[in-house]
Amino acid sequence: MSALSLPARRRRIRLPRAVAADWGGRIGAVLLAFILLVAILGPLFAPHDTTTPIGIPGAGPSSSAPFGLDFLGRDVLSRVLSGGRSTLLLGGAATALTYLVGITVGLVAGYARSIADPLLMRTVDVFLSFPALLVMLLFVTAFGGGPGVLVGAAAIVLFPGVARIVRTATLEASTRGYVEAAVARGERTANVLRREILPNIAPSIVADLGIRFSWSIILIASVNYLGLGLRPPTADWGLMVSENREIVSTNPLSLLAPAAILALLIIAVNLVGDAYVRQRARSGDLT
Amino acid sequence: MSVLRAANLRVELGNGDAIIDSVDLELQPGEILGLVGESGSGKTTTALSIFGYNAAPQKLTAGEIELAGKELRTKREFQQARGNLVSYVPQNPGTALNPALRIGDAVLDMVRERKKDQNASALLERVGLPPGREFARRYPHQLSGGQQQRVCIAASLAPNPAVLVLDEPTTGLDVVTQDRILKELLRLRDEEHVAMLYITHDLAVVAQIATQIAVMYAGHIVEQGPAAEILYRPRHPYTRGLMAATPDHLRPRALEAMPGTAVGVGERPPGCPFAPRCPQRQPHCERELPPPEQIDPRHYVRCYEWRNTPAVGWTAFVPKAPTAGATPLMTVEGLGAEYRTGGERVTAAKDVSFQVESHGCVALVGESGSGKTTIARAIAGLHAPSRGQILLDGERLEPLARKRTVKQRRRIQIVFQNPTEALNPRHSVADEIARPARLLRGLGGRAAAAEVERLLEAVRLPARIARRYPRELSGGERQRVAIARALAADPALLVCDEITSALDVSVQAVVLELLRELRREFGLSVIFISHDLGVVATIAEQVLVLNEGVICERGPTAEVLGSPQDPYTQRLLDAAPSLSAAISTSNAVAAG
Repeated sequence: MSALSLPARRRRIRLPRAVAADWGGRIGAVLLAFILLVAILGPLFAPHDTTTPIGIPGAGPSSSAPFGLDFLGRDVLSRVLSGGRSTLLLGGAATALTYLVGITVGLVAGYARSIADPLLMRTVDVFLSFPALLVMLLFVTAFGGGPGVLVGAAAIVLFPGVARIVRTATLEASTRGYVEAAVARGERTANVLRREILPNIAPSIVADLGIRFSWSIILIASVNYLGLGLRPPTADWGLMVSENREIVSTNPLSLLAPAAILALLIIAVNLVGDAYVRQRARSGDLT
Repeated sequence: MSVLRAANLRVELGNGDAIIDSVDLELQPGEILGLVGESGSGKTTTALSIFGYNAAPQKLTAGEIELAGKELRTKREFQQARGNLVSYVPQNPGTALNPALRIGDAVLDMVRERKKDQNASALLERVGLPPGREFARRYPHQLSGGQQQRVCIAASLAPNPAVLVLDEPTTGLDVVTQDRILKELLRLRDEEHVAMLYITHDLAVVAQIATQIAVMYAGHIVEQGPAAEILYRPRHPYTRGLMAATPDHLRPRALEAMPGTAVGVGERPPGCPFAPRCPQRQPHCERELPPPEQIDPRHYVRCYEWRNTPAVGWTAFVPKAPTAGATPLMTVEGLGAEYRTGGERVTAAKDVSFQVESHGCVALVGESGSGKTTIARAIAGLHAPSRGQILLDGERLEPLARKRTVKQRRRIQIVFQNPTEALNPRHSVADEIARPARLLRGLGGRAAAAEVERLLEAVRLPARIARRYPRELSGGERQRVAIARALAADPALLVCDEITSALDVSVQAVVLELLRELRREFGLSVIFISHDLGVVATIAEQVLVLNEGVICERGPTAEVLGSPQDPYTQRLLDAAPSLSAAISTSNAVAAG
């Protein structure tokens, strides 16, 4: 549209500014901040010990325990206040690792135009062909249920999806003039990927950040539920959802409270991610 | 009686800004009305409003539309008119045809509910496609681009509409194919008296087929009248400016670039929208929009000063190198290149040899698929040739850029076709231009910043653009930034790969003029790749004609274009539309 001269507009988009640009982003950011605060400061406000039973398992809400008691008779409120740290840390670490591996593999495969592409992608396909839980269990039984193993196993299950998206976006981006110009002036491959390609495919990567984050939390929680991951007395939102399933009829809050805060967390991450993508699209630099 | 009459059309955006305003059009049976304008001028909006098909937030807020004597008002009336009274041929036949539908069915779809007795083959034959049922059973992907466009035309003609609207129907087709389609349209006009509204940005094409011309600028029709009259003596300064900016391979001349850029919707000045760019501007032009003034029975001009519009200059001009005594800068010897697509090896270039002299400009001309771009990429080190070698200053170049020396990479720079993809959307103009200067010339922060300023000036852009991002620039501005980025390496050779083909003619003239000045200022050699013979004639001293990867003819531009020897070159030249040729034939017809 050479005939339309565009008015001068704002400069580079930083994540905070993108998030503040619309209501979805603002609500997401506030929610996220609230949940982070709960996870960090929650243990200080826990009225009871998180591991000792204080009454009948599955007892309903009372004045001393507003969310009732869990399947072992422990205070649900205290466990919700304390359970965020491990969920957020493990889920966050698994998501970060997923993206680190997925982006690296995707960029290399998409840009390589050599045997590296089919080699990497067929390996990714092999990972994709196993059921997620089976891979998780395989790793946990082989290497033990430590946090590092949980994070690593979740990343192995989740990175193929990221790698595929990144590869496709990279393939498309690498034919553009600015990438060719960089290659022609002899930029190192790492520079081409980092300066020219990665910033332009970021929106398609960020678009499903929320989904992958929730997936990693669910994966880790399901391993915990089977008693192979984190040792059961630990308070953990994911673990709580799983372990209180049997008493859902006597004290539904024991399951609903951690589930609700997990849902809010995932909604918040999605809102923030979407706001960023929307902002990029609105500024017209999604190509 | 006119088959199409549109009066006083106004289409607004949601906020009340007019995209088109006070548009009047009239079309008689057997006429082709060429609606000419650059991107953003409102051509397509005008066409769609004839169909009552303006999508929100656009809205037709005023005007009357009459098709075949029937005035259309309600949504339902427009719906019934579409396909019956008026039908549409879109720009891109590749996406317009349903890939899952046999072409015969696609054509019959237009008539199925109306008349059952028609058969597809007859309809396809009508537009010059092969007869027989076998052909009608093909799928769109089994046809060439030109055949696909013919199918689209056949489908649009099937219900025998009173008016056929064609929106840039040959843009994206090769000249030879374009020429065949245009001839077919002329036959339909003369033998079947089909009335057509032909929308295009290309005056040379319109000159070939239109009986009437309407020129649009910033949502207004600024001049309208018989084609022969307007082409012989354009009266509106914008029409004249467009003609003076249109390259012509039969009459090579220096192109005149119009100053300034077109105004966007919502930024239009109160008076004549062209006034800010107009050399004939008077104070009252800026105050009040000129009404259409009738200067001949069917010729209208929206200009107070039309009497002062000078004639279009046709003074011949032969490009020549700024300095004589040239020595070879680059030698390409026996270059062969292949690429792989879908597991198949395609030969893109076979035994291509040529020289580029220092300060010289060599053009590579050919249709799409002739191998021009592959050769450019091989020279820039983006595509490893399978055979032959490239010498720069007598030294053999490595096939891939990253193996070449810094000096070699610096001396060869490439500018690409598509201005929207030429610049990284995430980098500011300053970053984009500074990068080659830092990487290839080792300039530090401050020196690089000074260099950015100098280069922006060299490509005639204001210094404040340095802080902008590509999305804030127009296509022409982006292409100039891309040229500045190439110049930042201080090159000896600029490889220009179709750098003006995505630009409007007036912007193209600016870029070509800039390129000529840069050659003089920086002593650049240029390899200019283009499918447009007119453009080549205005810029290059030497021309190589490529046909399926082989050079079939070469020589000084004037000689090759003036008396082509190779049959392929002759075919290409015959097919290329020429403004000057159309003007002389139309006036011969008018006179005799």
